[in-house]
Amino acid sequence: MSAKLNALNSDSYIDVSQYRDQHFKGNRYEQEKLLKQSNTLYVGNLSFYTTEEQVHELFSKSGDVKRIIIGLDKVKKTACGFCFVEYYTRADAEHAMRFINGTRLDDRIIRTDWDAGFKEGRQYGRGKSGGQVRDEYRQDYDPARGGYGKLAQQHRPTEARNSF
Amino acid sequence: MNSLFSYPALFFFFFFLVHSIRSYFFMDLCSFFLSFSGGQPHKRRRTSEPIEIEDRLESLICRVGEKSTSSLESNLEGLAGVLEADLPNYKNKILRILCAVARLLPEKLTVYTTLVGLLNARNYNFGGEFVEAMIRQLKETLKNNLYNEAVYLVRFLSDLVNCHVIAAPSMVAMFENFISVTQEEDVPQVRSDWFVYVVLSCLPWVGKELYEKKDVEMDRLLSQIEGYLKRRVKTHVPMLQVWTAEKPHPQEEYLDCLWAQIQKLKKDRWQERHILRPYIAFDSVLCEALQHNLPPFTPPGHMPDAQYPMPRVIFRMFDYTDAPEGPVMPGSHSVERFVIEENLHCIIKTHWKERKTCAAQLLSYPGKNKIPLNYHIVEVIFGELFQLPSPPHIDVMYTTLLIELCKLQPGSLPQVLAQATEMLYMRLDTMNTTCIDRLINWFSHHLSNFQFRWSWDDWSDCLTVDLEKPKPKFVKEVLEKSMRLSYHQRIVDIVPPTFSALIPAEPLFIYKYEDESASSLPGYAVTVTVGNAIKNRASNEEILTILKEVPNPNQEDDDDEGESFNPLKIEVFLQTLLHLAAKSFSHSFSALGKFHEILKTLTDSDEGKLHILKVVYEVWRNHPQMIAVLVDKMIRTQVVDCAAVANWLFSQDMAHEFTRLFIWEILHSTIRKMNKHVQKIQKELEEAKDKLEKQQHKRVSLFMDKNSEDEEGQLEEQIERLQEKVESAQSEQKNLFLVIFQRFIMLLTEHLVRCETGSVDISTPWYKNCIERLQQIFLMHHVTIQQYMGTLENLLFTAELDHHILAVYQQFCALQL
Repeated sequence: MSAKLNALNSDSYIDVSQYRDQHFKGNRYEQEKLLKQSNTLYVGNLSFYTTEEQVHELFSKSGDVKRIIIGLDKVKKTACGFCFVEYYTRADAEHAMRFINGTRLDDRIIRTDWDAGFKEGRQYGRGKSGGQVRDEYRQDYDPARGGYGKLAQQHRPTEARNSF
Repeated sequence: MNSLFSYPALFFFFFFLVHSIRSYFFMDLCSFFLSFSGGQPHKRRRTSEPIEIEDRLESLICRVGEKSTSSLESNLEGLAGVLEADLPNYKNKILRILCAVARLLPEKLTVYTTLVGLLNARNYNFGGEFVEAMIRQLKETLKNNLYNEAVYLVRFLSDLVNCHVIAAPSMVAMFENFISVTQEEDVPQVRSDWFVYVVLSCLPWVGKELYEKKDVEMDRLLSQIEGYLKRRVKTHVPMLQVWTAEKPHPQEEYLDCLWAQIQKLKKDRWQERHILRPYIAFDSVLCEALQHNLPPFTPPGHMPDAQYPMPRVIFRMFDYTDAPEGPVMPGSHSVERFVIEENLHCIIKTHWKERKTCAAQLLSYPGKNKIPLNYHIVEVIFGELFQLPSPPHIDVMYTTLLIELCKLQPGSLPQVLAQATEMLYMRLDTMNTTCIDRLINWFSHHLSNFQFRWSWDDWSDCLTVDLEKPKPKFVKEVLEKSMRLSYHQRIVDIVPPTFSALIPAEPLFIYKYEDESASSLPGYAVTVTVGNAIKNRASNEEILTILKEVPNPNQEDDDDEGESFNPLKIEVFLQTLLHLAAKSFSHSFSALGKFHEILKTLTDSDEGKLHILKVVYEVWRNHPQMIAVLVDKMIRTQVVDCAAVANWLFSQDMAHEFTRLFIWEILHSTIRKMNKHVQKIQKELEEAKDKLEKQQHKRVSLFMDKNSEDEEGQLEEQIERLQEKVESAQSEQKNLFLVIFQRFIMLLTEHLVRCETGSVDISTPWYKNCIERLQQIFLMHHVTIQQYMGTLENLLFTAELDHHILAVYQQFCALQL
């Protein structure tokens, strides 16, 4: 008689998102399985200046952090605004999804998502210019992420001249 | 004729349709009706229907009482009608769901008791079956040590008296059986505490009704309770109090507070005005219903493995003077205060995993217009965060919940939160050290979400006192934590220049062999050689050869083997290595990993382990965060062991850092690692034993063959090895606690003796910190420490000990008696 109620078991913050890594080596089924068991989180919308130390301090609030891998620009080999955080246990990672996702680090709202697991090579941005794809096409000016998006930067110089 | 289209049914249907156009709840009800045209589910969809129906029923029942354009009464009436119609086909499911909401949604108690009341009025048998199901559930929850849920079940049953489902005399009889537990001998006090608590906590809901029907019996009950409360032992209270001061709000023991509240309620002739009671609107219907008698309920006897709830202290930080405008806060001994706090705690318990929902539910508390809700919410949240031994939920949840609340009430909640922070700051002098730790972590994390905006000048009083006093210490630790979440210059920028003494040092590496001026230091030359070797990717053997050149200050003549403990060798190697790897955590971890073999060789002895920790501290003393992560890595890679870390933290070299937060974070993290290690091996042993059992069962049913014999033999060997491993791990764990407690006793005794001979007051800031840190060890690791009580009592916490120290141990023991 000790029943659980589905209606009350909502834990939506730990749900897997729509994103799937297109470079994942394996089929959809394997990817889903890994995501559901994973202890690793992808963390996005970081400032380029956010350090491993800051990430460690924040994410340690939900449990012991096993390792952090800072995402790098493939060309420049400098931080390009994302990282992976791996915990020793799934439960600690779930707490991070519930209580750290959507809060601020370095004054920016960061976003966490389940990751199938770090593999060598995944620490590099996949944008054409070396950084993340999202920084290729965005139109806004973000001083913590290299200013304008890469595509927009190519058009900028002409505009500045014409504004006179 | 199809029953749905009979005249009354049609009227009923359209009545609801008209009133429900904008009400989601009613849309559900109507579609529910429609799916039962004729009362028979369509044969086509037969296979999926039962699960869908169950989910729909669950959803309907769980959502009743939530925001709706229709009144609660009409929603309840409608739902009762739907459920009554479904009883023939879905009675067991409905019973199951109602029992579950009674246990899992205590904040909506009266909504569901009203619903059950309406159902009972329409179907007496169902009412009886529900009561039986609840009793079965109560027995099961008690058997499974789910005492908090059992309270909700009993409360539910008692409110069913108000709904004319259960006859008052039978409820009183159950209470009498509960209170008779106080007459039991040789049982833990926490057992009888629980039974008294259950009865008292039902009285706000049902006291009036029970007194009207059975006042003589109730008076007798209350006087028995009073007698019990008078003779109860309360040694445990000081250990659980958040503040040691009685002013402005005494930190009352939970049963004492509840008793005072019930006394006041009784004096007010059981008039209680806060609880939402939907059943009042249905009185004419309900009073026609036949009542059931509760079966005689004997409380289950005490079992040795029973885990009764630990005693608590009621956290209060606000009173009616704190909410400047708007509704008045109910007094600390008013029963309203109890009910509000209970309900808010229950809401958090239900929704803690989903912060947006949790915040919304808290802010839509029924009856919120009559109380200063924001103050109650903030008080309840801090009460949980500061709860001793530990908060009900992970600390970071409360930070995020408060941020959500600020988002939903940007015009009012941030101000209440700021006011609360100010009050907590003002009372730091008497706040428990563990609670100050949590306040530091909460406040710095909170600020980091709001650009560190704070009126630091308001706290400039902390600059005028000794920096070891709680207020400046608090600000210092907050700034240090804030720096970890940002960077040094940020902290310099956010505080007024007058606060410069409290700003943390820049977290830079301190290299002893930095430049030419260090060339006179012994071993300098080797640092250069070894540094170059590391940069040139020399092998471990090559590096060890280079290190052989380092003279040993401990010996007259150099030992050719270089095997004995050589502190200079450790220093030269580690300083150089860590200097090269100082760039980031990852660099340092990589260095530790790469030269693991060398480190293991150098730290082969206890002195070696101690010295490596000393060197790590020397180079990184301005970056406590780095020290913590390096120590963590070294334990995990077995370069040092837990006892070495404990000895190092308590060593004379670290005495000047003894009151800093990072020291205790490292110690508690070390103890936790030890505990997890023991648990891991125990689990491996259990799994191996299970495997062997399965194997043996298999063997019995099949013919014995060589393969399974071998496998069994292997498993038995494995189990033997694991058994040894478990024993060795437990021995290490016990030793760790012994080391820690011994060190505490030595330090505290020294201080007490010194003060006594010098006729000086013992209560220095250092002493308060130290004795509360000792308490903290007990509280944070009470589950593990319980196993070693015998040894602790015989070896360490004996009667010869100074009574100040012994008191801590006795208070700890009192928690489980």
